[in-house]
Amino acid sequence: MGLIAENLAARRGEDLLFVDISFSLDEGGALILTGANGSGKSTLLRVVAGLLRPDSGSVSYTPQGGGEARPAGEAAHYLGHRNAMKPELTVEENLSFWKDFLGDAGGGAGLCVGEAAETVGLGGIAHLPFGYLSAGQQRRFAFAKLLVAWRPVWILDEPTAALDAAADRMFASLVSGHLARGGIVLAATHQPLGLEGAKELRMKGFAGTPQDRAA
Amino acid sequence: MMSLFLRDLKLSVRAGGGALIGVLFFMTVVAVVPFGVGPDLNLLSRIGPAIVWIGALLAALLGLDRLFQAERDDGSLDLILMQETPLALTVFVKCLAHWAGTGLPLVIASPLLSLFMNMNEVAIGAVMLTLLVGSPAITFIGAVGAAVAVALPRGGLLVSILVLPFTIPVLIFGVSATYAAVEDPAPFLPPFMILAALTLLFAALGPLAAAGALRQSSD
Repeated sequence: MGLIAENLAARRGEDLLFVDISFSLDEGGALILTGANGSGKSTLLRVVAGLLRPDSGSVSYTPQGGGEARPAGEAAHYLGHRNAMKPELTVEENLSFWKDFLGDAGGGAGLCVGEAAETVGLGGIAHLPFGYLSAGQQRRFAFAKLLVAWRPVWILDEPTAALDAAADRMFASLVSGHLARGGIVLAATHQPLGLEGAKELRMKGFAGTPQDRAA
Repeated sequence: MMSLFLRDLKLSVRAGGGALIGVLFFMTVVAVVPFGVGPDLNLLSRIGPAIVWIGALLAALLGLDRLFQAERDDGSLDLILMQETPLALTVFVKCLAHWAGTGLPLVIASPLLSLFMNMNEVAIGAVMLTLLVGSPAITFIGAVGAAVAVALPRGGLLVSILVLPFTIPVLIFGVSATYAAVEDPAPFLPPFMILAALTLLFAALGPLAAAGALRQSSD
């Protein structure tokens, strides 16, 4: 059930960045990755999202109430450092494109574009081109993208960089709302998201070269 | 998928983008030829179809490098790669949108530019028809180059150089079909059918190869 990662390992160049990372998250579970810069948080998230091939191990997602295990990426939203929005298009166009293109994964429904913009507290300016907005506003609308299409798993990489304190709180409430709906959150962050009962995984970085491990 | 097509089409029109730049470049290339060749009308009308085709080919290659690079730059490519829908289908739709945004305007502009080359009505019609059938092939071939060079910061020229050799057959059969329509003894249909076959072949192969290259690029 839920998101299961087994014995993940990944390398950057020749060096192994991490080895034997295993975790499992049930519905409503959250895992916070912490660790110094370059310790492999982003790499782990990209491996879970299916964007990087792991050196060994596997990640899968099994929906609640049975069903086949699938690659976790197909059931996940990935919010990386970049917002995946086109500066030339208006916020509305961006969001409704992603709503149509992503579609809803089984077991839930996304909000409509207007509601999502209201939820992130920027209902009045969705008609503006995305490129006109400030960095913080752009990030907020990137959160709205998580809401317009339902995905049980959220993979968030430094989600709250460039945000003020109010937006931090808003984002924490989005995340706990998602968990309450039975979602799973996997986030790399330095700031506390204010989640109760979240597991924490501390990344240490540099697990040695393959030769070291063989020896 | 329809939403992806519409978004890409909107972007190519709105970004001050692909559509108009391609047509302007096409116009520049074709418009300078008469000045270079001189006022020999017979010569112009004889080389006209080839010049228009070469101009259209170069203009079609112009915007191709941004096909996936723009998606990568803002992080959209990650989300596109994660989806359940086959990546080749997504690439195919992106190619169609790119062609509709930048290739189709070239086809529409070609009759006007053919006038610069003193071509008659039959030749103009033939150039337009062959471009309509042949130019999608250039986009599908170019998508592979764009996917290979997606991670390179200055991949623009590289894409054109990678792609150009593969577009030569399209150019050859496009131009020979056009000449066949104008000059009587040669039959029009065989080269035209081969041109159509090339487009269909690359429509099938191009997206598959580009999807494979994109999967590799994320590593």
